[in-house]
Amino acid sequence: MSASRATARYRGPTAVGDDLRRLVNLTFTLAANDFKLRFFGSALGYLWSLMRPLLLFGVLYFVFTEVVRFGGDVKHYPVYLLAAIVMFSFFSETTSRGVTSLIERETLLRKIRFPRMVVPLSVALHALFNLGLNLVVVFIFVFASGIDPRWSWLEMLPLILLLVMLSTGTTMLLSALFVRYRDVQPIWEVVLQILFYASPIIYVTASFPDSVERKAMANPITAVLTQMRHALIDPAAPTAAQAIGGGVRLLIPLLVTAVVFALGIWVFTKEAPRIAEDL
Amino acid sequence: MSVTTSQLGRDRHRRLDAAPAIITAAEVSKAFRLPHQRYSTLKERVLHPFASSTYDTLQALDDVSFDVKRGEFYGIVGRNGSGKSTLLKCLAGIYGIDRGEMEVAGRLSPFIELGVGFNPDLTARDNVLVNAIMLGLSRREAKRRFDDIIAFAELEDFIDLKLKNYSSGMNIRLGFSVAIQVDAEILLVDEVLAVGDASFQRKCYDEFGRMRDAGKTIVFVTHDMGAVERFCDRAMLLEKGRVLEIGGPDHVSMRYTEVNFGYLPDADSPAEEAAAPECRVRSAWIEDEHGERIVSSFQGELCRACMEVEFDADMDYPVFSITFRNDVRHIIFVATSAPHGPPGPFRAGDRALVRLSFANWLAPSRYALTPAVTTWDPDYRVVDQREDLASLIVEAPRHTGGATDLPTELEITRL
Repeated sequence: MSASRATARYRGPTAVGDDLRRLVNLTFTLAANDFKLRFFGSALGYLWSLMRPLLLFGVLYFVFTEVVRFGGDVKHYPVYLLAAIVMFSFFSETTSRGVTSLIERETLLRKIRFPRMVVPLSVALHALFNLGLNLVVVFIFVFASGIDPRWSWLEMLPLILLLVMLSTGTTMLLSALFVRYRDVQPIWEVVLQILFYASPIIYVTASFPDSVERKAMANPITAVLTQMRHALIDPAAPTAAQAIGGGVRLLIPLLVTAVVFALGIWVFTKEAPRIAEDL
Repeated sequence: MSVTTSQLGRDRHRRLDAAPAIITAAEVSKAFRLPHQRYSTLKERVLHPFASSTYDTLQALDDVSFDVKRGEFYGIVGRNGSGKSTLLKCLAGIYGIDRGEMEVAGRLSPFIELGVGFNPDLTARDNVLVNAIMLGLSRREAKRRFDDIIAFAELEDFIDLKLKNYSSGMNIRLGFSVAIQVDAEILLVDEVLAVGDASFQRKCYDEFGRMRDAGKTIVFVTHDMGAVERFCDRAMLLEKGRVLEIGGPDHVSMRYTEVNFGYLPDADSPAEEAAAPECRVRSAWIEDEHGERIVSSFQGELCRACMEVEFDADMDYPVFSITFRNDVRHIIFVATSAPHGPPGPFRAGDRALVRLSFANWLAPSRYALTPAVTTWDPDYRVVDQREDLASLIVEAPRHTGGATDLPTELEITRL
């Protein structure tokens, strides 16, 4: 190694670090701590984290079943609506809190050497805790609607995994960009709004013409929610493969997810050594 | 007693001279880019795609080379903005360096400040666990050492109190207690001892002593020359990102004082010689009654305020004094030779060791000592003065609220 180049260790902190256990340990600790602090001091505590999706559900349910008479032909529409809201909330919570996560952890980043990826990962893990709690409520609704348990419910696990990959990748990308460009945040707020209506949450894609439905399925969230409807709520509903018009085409939303995930990791890893300086 | 101490000191120096280097830094440079106008929004970036290439460079570290031996207590001193903290952050691996090489042959503590990430809304219990994990302990280790941490901080009664209800001193105690539990061969410490009450400061100093004896390597950033002289085997003086001096602690602390107060940047130049004062204060310290140098003392003990003076010209009647200032910079006590009469003439080249003994009835606090030499009556011209060259911590079982706690005798007569 020539004297003019910095030793690898001193190019600054890396994204992942050299000790995977420390990465996991720290991510879990920060997420658990945030979870504890989130509703700290409020009388209802953790119940608030259930309250938000439930209230949103209540409003949407009222508007779309009582006011505009929508979703009448969708079987178990209320359960689908709630499940879709909960899944989408995970994505929007992770990404919107993730955008500013590095800025919020400024003191830690400036005073301690630790794998930088801990910060966005802990945000995603925190949201995952909330998702777990919210899914309990979803399943209560599922049972209350008289839907019988089926093995296909297990498909929820890979579906959630896909959503986690998509959310984490987006969060890594956005948080690293936000350090440099502060208007990432308002832009992302708008994008989230658009995504909410572009994803089949208050409607289902099965009611679209086939050509439109196939294009909509390129959105990984749409694919996940469509498959969830089939696996969890209504076996008669089309699977994601049917909706997109062939199993091979499912590679499109999968590829989108993989690209977002890889891009997030790549950008974050590239930015990691300088994050502390650029904050 | 003092013979054995200096014997030990010599042994330590011999051992350190032979020890391998645990940190080596060669020609390390680090610059921060400060854009003239920071383009932090996309619109500006789109509107001025080429304008962003103009920026100022702040050379925070410039060609810094040094090495720290295994087991050494190494001080880094310098004024604000001299690059001390940047150097520490580069060592800790928080910032990357632009040029040069750094090698560290040992486990390094990953933090540079105490109590980082403490959350005021969580209890001390939660904070200690989180902080310990942040600093590198595993969850199990953190739980196992929890009691030790709380015991060292003497906060057993406040474990379940939220941190926002802690005083800043208690915060630091907790932070320090966690930090010393971290398994590291090399500790990086940035200005820890400025807060905390006298007895805890003494504990911190004691703990430093123990770490030293345990063979840990400590890199220590401070403004407190007393601590540098007391603890450090060697020290480095930084100024504007460059190394100005590396050497023995007394030598470096003298240079620090010179840089800080602007005199004698280089004493060798003849122009300076002409304006040079008649004498120079080389160092100052506090001794106990056995002649051992101390940094803290219990109230009521006999103390000796000492200074070493070197005369560059003849002086018939110098007055030696050491001014004690407390935390809030009030002058509490001036130990001076004036009441003892003129000490007699000194010739150029003479060196004098001045000891002013006093029974220490100062209130418990931390004192900064400023030694000075003035001329005799009537003008009291200051010949040489070294601001805050040494420090003393006074401990007492009680705090009365007075600036001194002169001994009293009680007599009560019933009427």
